[in-house]
Amino acid sequence: MEYILIFIAAVFVNNIVLSQFLGICPFLGVSKKVETAAGMGAAVTFVLTIATIVTFLIQKYVLDPFGLGYMQTISFILVIASLVQMVEIMLKKVSPALYQALGVFLPLITTNCAILGVAIVVIQKDFNLLQSVVYAISTAIGFALAMVIFAGIRERLSLTLIPEGVKGTPIALITAGILAMAFMGFSGIV
Amino acid sequence: MSNEQKSKFDLSVLWNGIIKENPIFVLLLGMCPTLGTTSSAINGLGMGLATTFVLLCSNMVVSSVKNLIPDQVRIPAYIVIIATFVTMVQMSMEAFVPALYESLGLFIPLIVVNCIVLGRAESFAAKNNIAMSALDGLGMGLGFTFALTLLGSVRELLGTGKLFNFSIFPEEFGSLIFVLAPGAFIALGYLIAIVNKMRKA
Repeated sequence: MEYILIFIAAVFVNNIVLSQFLGICPFLGVSKKVETAAGMGAAVTFVLTIATIVTFLIQKYVLDPFGLGYMQTISFILVIASLVQMVEIMLKKVSPALYQALGVFLPLITTNCAILGVAIVVIQKDFNLLQSVVYAISTAIGFALAMVIFAGIRERLSLTLIPEGVKGTPIALITAGILAMAFMGFSGIV
Repeated sequence: MSNEQKSKFDLSVLWNGIIKENPIFVLLLGMCPTLGTTSSAINGLGMGLATTFVLLCSNMVVSSVKNLIPDQVRIPAYIVIIATFVTMVQMSMEAFVPALYESLGLFIPLIVVNCIVLGRAESFAAKNNIAMSALDGLGMGLGFTFALTLLGSVRELLGTGKLFNFSIFPEEFGSLIFVLAPGAFIALGYLIAIVNKMRKA
């Protein structure tokens, strides 16, 4: 039950993009088509889960025992950056098909603040390893969900007549605002 | 983008960051802290100044060590430099302004992954001398601060009727939605539309 609550809270109630404002860059940048949005969502799910496990272990078995808490930011970002590189190299070798699908998105993920954000939140909330993994996966699903919905709306939007003044980024942001308003409807659930 | 080598001391670099290439309104970089920390004007100002400090210091250091770093490992090296300054900001804010630190929360460590900081290190500081890089960092940082403070003021005023905690009109006329998540997107959308209009005119 506890894990289901974490799942629902992370996907709908505290959606990472629409209520916590993490990962806005890919959310606005690669959401012009549903397929690319889904690809980015899958890549983020993959990296976010692995990164959270690795940074959690580093915090618990390296930083905490040696009293190096102040090194958190530096060590996490380095670990995430090298992890993304490693995942890219391994994926290329092990599963070329998956690499074809996710490859272009992987380098972009290092600067996705959702990854570092979740790694830090998990430590702040004092989750155990299993809770952290559930939280990471559900957050990533929430990210993918928001991406795909937003991409679907933008595909439709490109076919409609938009007032000259708000074309481009402004209308995308206003659409995201209305989407965030819709997600606020979930706020009573958990 | 005007990233070509600038040899002599040139104050236009400073204005470039604040007005012409404003990181938020024109370059559209660093959206996460822009939307996440601007629920009030003072939060926006605090976040902007913290980022300005990191930008200024990292630009200066990157520019002074640019010839020592091999090309293949420059991005990780830049990230370590940036992360060092972010940690310094984080610890000093926790010590001196605990209330602001509390309300900005997660977004302080996340300055590391702010695209503006790494972007300026890579595209400006790695090609220019220390003085110019410092000016560029300062200009970009002030531009960022200006945008965040403006967005924070608009949201605070429309949401609660206050500006920097001073009442402008009674609170019951404010619409709370502007302080919450959707208001951030909508307010920034209209601000960018207005800036685009002014730039064309």
